[in-house]
Amino acid sequence: MEEGARQAREAGVLEAERSGALEARDLACWRGERLVFADLGFVLRPGEAMLLTGANGAGKSTLLRVVAGLLPAMEGTLLWGGADALADRVAHGARLRYLGHMDALKPALTARENLDFFRRLHGGDTDAALDALDLRPLADLPARVLSSGQKRRLALARLALAPAPLWLLDEPTVGLDAASVERLRPLLAAHLGRGGMILAATHLPLPLAAPRELRL
Amino acid sequence: MSPFLAVLGRELRLAVRHPADTLSAVLFFVLVAALFPFGVGPSPELLARLAPGALLASALLAALLPLDRLFGAEAEDGSLDQLLLSGLHPAALAAAKALGHWLTTGLPLVAATPVAAALLNLPTGAWGAALVALALASAILSVLGAAGAALTLGARRGGVLLPLLVLPLAIPAVIFGAAAIEAAASGLEARPYLLLTGALLALAAPLAPLAAGAALKGD
Repeated sequence: MEEGARQAREAGVLEAERSGALEARDLACWRGERLVFADLGFVLRPGEAMLLTGANGAGKSTLLRVVAGLLPAMEGTLLWGGADALADRVAHGARLRYLGHMDALKPALTARENLDFFRRLHGGDTDAALDALDLRPLADLPARVLSSGQKRRLALARLALAPAPLWLLDEPTVGLDAASVERLRPLLAAHLGRGGMILAATHLPLPLAAPRELRL
Repeated sequence: MSPFLAVLGRELRLAVRHPADTLSAVLFFVLVAALFPFGVGPSPELLARLAPGALLASALLAALLPLDRLFGAEAEDGSLDQLLLSGLHPAALAAAKALGHWLTTGLPLVAATPVAAALLNLPTGAWGAALVALALASAILSVLGAAGAALTLGARRGGVLLPLLVLPLAIPAVIFGAAAIEAAASGLEARPYLLLTGALLALAAPLAPLAAGAALKGD
């Protein structure tokens, strides 16, 4: 039994090394005095989406921040194509897009200026990204007058700027209306079609074809 | 280089959208300088004697005002996470923020120096030295302040901790900057003191962003 599990794991590791996949091994994380999760492992291959589910406080956001390299894991390793993903955190940051709880928008800048800043960081086309989430009519409004759903859409428009192998999404659809959630479907499908990976923490169903699920 | 310029450009654009931040620092500087004549009495000689030190001290205090928001505002709205994942090295990010702070706070303070110098009865012959000394000293405060702001990020009452951390490190800049102005006021050569202040900046400019970057990464 143990031998079989070990062999299966080694086979998974070999495949992960070949394909440039993301693999987490025995991750553990403490916040303050509390153990959030331990012995957490998964493999995410190119073209795959995985949903993180679980009760509030189960550690979904924490796991996303650990995978992004924003929080150190107490134990365990994170591998990218078989190599330590967090050895060069600057390079690791550049190959992922992180959408956190907060929208990272400056209220004084217009929607276009906010997105334009991220275009200068990541590359891509601001107008196409605005169109992808139907934000063109709001482009010249300052972000402070946008509703929370509109702000969320503007934050999501960052994903449409330039391709990156890994998307880490923390409750991406919170505050979105049904039409906006539907607008995410082609965006997510195109990303997976390019061989991208999605790791998303969510309580709501996402417009994804066949996501795997990791319950925390 | 492009992400560095993107961060710097956003700093400047935000400063233009929120001119009150820059304006309040400049007014604070002029008001503190205006307090000295009330405190020590309107004796012109005494004021001129005090002017170099008073100019430096009030400019550095004014430049401290916006520092606790340098990374605090970015952390609050989630921008800091995005900046740390942008592929820009944290030290380069801190350097861009420090340069942005100097351009939006230090430079306006330098521009307001003649007003404060006149209030303190500084001889006009020393105004040139005062401009250069304040430009250098405020730049030193910007880079040290970026390191302090990164270290106190997330600390309770970080706004109080920050001056306690940064001002002692700025003492050499006050000593040499004030010495330069005093030398120019008494008709001596200000250049050696200005060069020493410049040397302090040359030391702080590469080291402080490295410290700030390490603090931002959480190492």
